Parts: sequence; C-alpha cells; structure tokens
Amino acid sequence: MAKYKAENERDRCVACGVCVSMCPRDAITIYKGCYAVIDEETCIGCGICEKNCPAGVIHKVLR
Amino acid sequence: MTKQKTKRWSDYMWIISATYFALGFFNIVFAWLGVICFMIPLLMAILGGGKGYCNKYCGRGQLFLQIGNTLGWSRKHVAPRWLSSPWFRHGFLIFFLFFFIEMIWLTVQVANGIESLHETIHLLWTFNVPWHWAYPVAIEPWKAQFAFGLYGIMLTSLIVGVILTVIYRPRTWCVFCPMGNMTQMISKMKAK
Ligand code: SF4
Ligand code: SF4
Ligand code: SF4
Repeated sequence: MAKYKAENERDRCVACGVCVSMCPRDAITIYKGCYAVIDEETCIGCGICEKNCPAGVIHKVLR
Repeated sequence: MTKQKTKRWSDYMWIISATYFALGFFNIVFAWLGVICFMIPLLMAILGGGKGYCNKYCGRGQLFLQIGNTLGWSRKHVAPRWLSSPWFRHGFLIFFLFFFIEMIWLTVQVANGIESLHETIHLLWTFNVPWHWAYPVAIEPWKAQFAFGLYGIMLTSLIVGVILTVIYRPRTWCVFCPMGNMTQMISKMKAK
C-alpha cells in the first residue's frame, strides 16, 4: 500500500474534472457532476492531481 | 511524468473552440454558434449528465489546457483560495447574468427599432471595441446585435481565462465559470 493518498475537499471542489484527466491511475471520478471522488485502493499518492487542480482543493496526505 | 492517455475525439474540442474565436474576427454572424455552448452544458446537466460537458467536451476549457500545459505558458501556481469560495462563485454568476440580460435587452431594443445596431463588442465588462470590420454582409439588425453581444461575452471569458492560465494554473477560469457553476448547481440539486 502506498504511503500517501489523495484527499478532496468536497465542499470546495468545482467538479471541473482536471484531476480525472491527469490521474495516471484513473483513480478519480466525478460523482454526478458534484465533486471528485478518489478510489483509495487505486490511488498511489503521486500528487499529480494536487499539482493540477485549479481550485487547489485536492491534497496529497499521509495514509 | 504524466502518463500519456489515449486521446479520444472529444479531446480535440479545443480546435473547434479556437475556430469559433477565429471566425468572429471575420464574420460576427458565426458568433451565433456560441448558443450551443450555452445550451448543451445546461441540457446535459438537466438530463442527468452531471458536468459531462466541462469534464469532456468544453473546447474553451481544453484551450486553456493547451495553452498552459502543451505550450507551457503557465506559472502553475495555485490561485488564491477565495476564488473557489461560494461567495465569489455565486457573486460572479450574478455579475455575469446581469451583463447577459443587458445584452439580451439591447438585442430586444434593436429588434424594436428603439436602438440602432452597435457594431462593437463589449470586452471585459468595460470597453466597447469597434468590430464593424467583422460584419461584411448585413443581416437583420437584431440578429447581428445578438451576435456582437454574445461574441463579446465569449471573448471576454477567453481573455480572462488565458490571463488566469498564465498567472495561475490552466483552467483556473473553470473554478468560477458561470456555466460550470450553473451545471454544478443543477447536478447538486439532482443528486439530492
Ligand atoms: S481538479 Fe480540483 S476542483 Fe477540479 S474536480 Fe478535481 S478536485 Fe475538484
Ligand atoms: S495522488 Fe496520483 S494516483 Fe492518487 S488520485 Fe491523485 S493523481 Fe491519482
Ligand atoms: S467551467 Fe466553463 S470553461 Fe470550464 S469546462 Fe466548464 S463550461 Fe468550459
């Protein structure tokens, strides 16, 4: 299991989908157009989503 | 570092968007095609497609990614946090709707002959830029007025979006884009 994972601030997420298209593991989906949801099992904690999120609301955190 | 994902046809919508903006420099009547960019996202959200338009098909959003990521014209710094606050997002939506209604109102007045056709485009909510050179063939005045009005709105969003892409991250405009905000609100209401 990876050391890190991504976590999203759902109340601030704008559901733009940038993280979805950037994630190398396809671990993110947009739940019904409301916010991004990360599949913790698939996420490797690379932090690419965090670096690309225009709203700065998805974060790489310790598991 | 970023894995190359297989491209789909929908990844090339930015070409359509770029073509749209280019056409507006030659014949303003093409600005009418922008109506599609207003109808499709809302219809998709209403019909349960969520923010599918923003997530896959919006050419403007993809254009910002092309400029920021492919061309590399972006500092890639995260924008100030207040940009994603509900206050700013909804405030901007109201601000935007005010100018949208004003544009429709001018169109109606031109249709009724109260106002004459303004061959200018309103940029950045401030400047009236002469644009008569993109009106080679006269059409019904109100139809032309709507085209000038809509193109001004579209070009404004492009200019602001490109500036934000360069200063912050690509698609920073999407954080408070009125279309993106409206489709997310519809999606949230439907998800309840
Ligand atoms: S990039 Fe950021 S704002 Fe956009 S969907 Fe992902 S977490 Fe949400
Ligand atoms: S940290 Fe990496 S693997 Fe995990 S969701 Fe973000 S981009 Fe995907
Ligand atoms: S938020 Fe606006 S600019 Fe961004 S993808 Fe959606 S409609 Fe396009």
